[in-house]
Amino acid sequence: MATVSRGFFGRRRSGDPDLPPGQYLVTDFPVLSAGPTPRLRTEDWEFTITTETGEKHAWDWAALMALPAQTPTVDLHCVTKWSKLGTSWRGVSLDTLFEDVESAAEYALVHSYGGYTTNLPLQDLLDGQAWIAYEFEGEPLEPEHGGPARLLVPHLYLWKSAKWVRGIQLLHDDEPGFWETAGYHNYGDPWREQRYWGD
Amino acid sequence: MSTDHLDGNAAAGALREIFTTDLTAATGTCASCGNVATVAQAVLYTNAPGLVGRCPGCEAVLFRLVRGPGRAWLDLRGVTCLEFALPDPS
Ligand SMILES: [Zn+2]
Repeated sequence: MATVSRGFFGRRRSGDPDLPPGQYLVTDFPVLSAGPTPRLRTEDWEFTITTETGEKHAWDWAALMALPAQTPTVDLHCVTKWSKLGTSWRGVSLDTLFEDVESAAEYALVHSYGGYTTNLPLQDLLDGQAWIAYEFEGEPLEPEHGGPARLLVPHLYLWKSAKWVRGIQLLHDDEPGFWETAGYHNYGDPWREQRYWGD
Repeated sequence: MSTDHLDGNAAAGALREIFTTDLTAATGTCASCGNVATVAQAVLYTNAPGLVGRCPGCEAVLFRLVRGPGRAWLDLRGVTCLEFALPDPS
C-alpha cells in the first residue's frame, strides 16, 4: 500500500506551517457547499470515466472497493483562504482507474451528483496527484465532506476536489466548470495564488 | 453608413435604472423549470466560494455571485428573464 507522505510535494520541511500565500491555518474542517448535500447510498453509487470518443468505463461501489487503496496524507487549501495540513485519506489513485482508459484528450471535466462540475488538465489527475477518496481520518467520508466518495486533488485549490464525484469526462477542448465560469481561476494553483480570473 | 443600431453606451441610462434597484425584489423565471419567483425567494447557499441562489421549485442554480478584490462576477444564466417594478419617469 502506497503512502504519500506530507513531504511528497517537497514544498517545505515537516512541521513547518509554510502556507501558500494568503492562506491561514485551521484545525477544524469547514464545510463549503453550493447546494443541497446529496445523500447517496453506496449501492446506488457509480463512477464513470468517459473518453472523448464516448467510451465509458464504470465502477460501482464494490468494484471501487476491490481496487488497491492508497492512504495519502495531504494538505488542503481552500480558495476562501483556509488551509488544513496533514489530512489523512483512503482512496483509489486515479492512475489505477485510468489504467485501461485509452485517450488522447488533454482536459477533464469532473461531474458530481447534484450537478457540480469542475475542470482541470488530465495530467493533473495522474502521476500520484489525485484520488477517489472514501475515508477521511480513518472513518467513512461524511456526506457533508463529499461522501461516499469525492475527488481529492490536493495540489489545486479545494474547489477542484469535487465532492460526491460521479464521473470524469475527457475532452479535447477545455470546458470551464461551476466556479471557473463565474470568476474563479481556470487552474487554481494555491502556490501561485490563482484565485480569480486573471490572477 | 448603417444607422439601424447604436453601441452599448446608449443603454447606460436604462441599465442604470435597473441595476440600482433592489434586485431581491425582481421576479425571475427559472431556466430549468419555468418557476417564477422573486430573487428574495431563492434558496441561497453562502458557505461557498460565492453566493449560489437556487430555484425554490427545482433547486437548479439561478445565479452565482463571486466577489473578488476589486471585482465581482454575476452569472445569471439560470434565469431566463427578470422583471423589475419601476416607477414611471415623471
Ligand atoms: Zn426551477
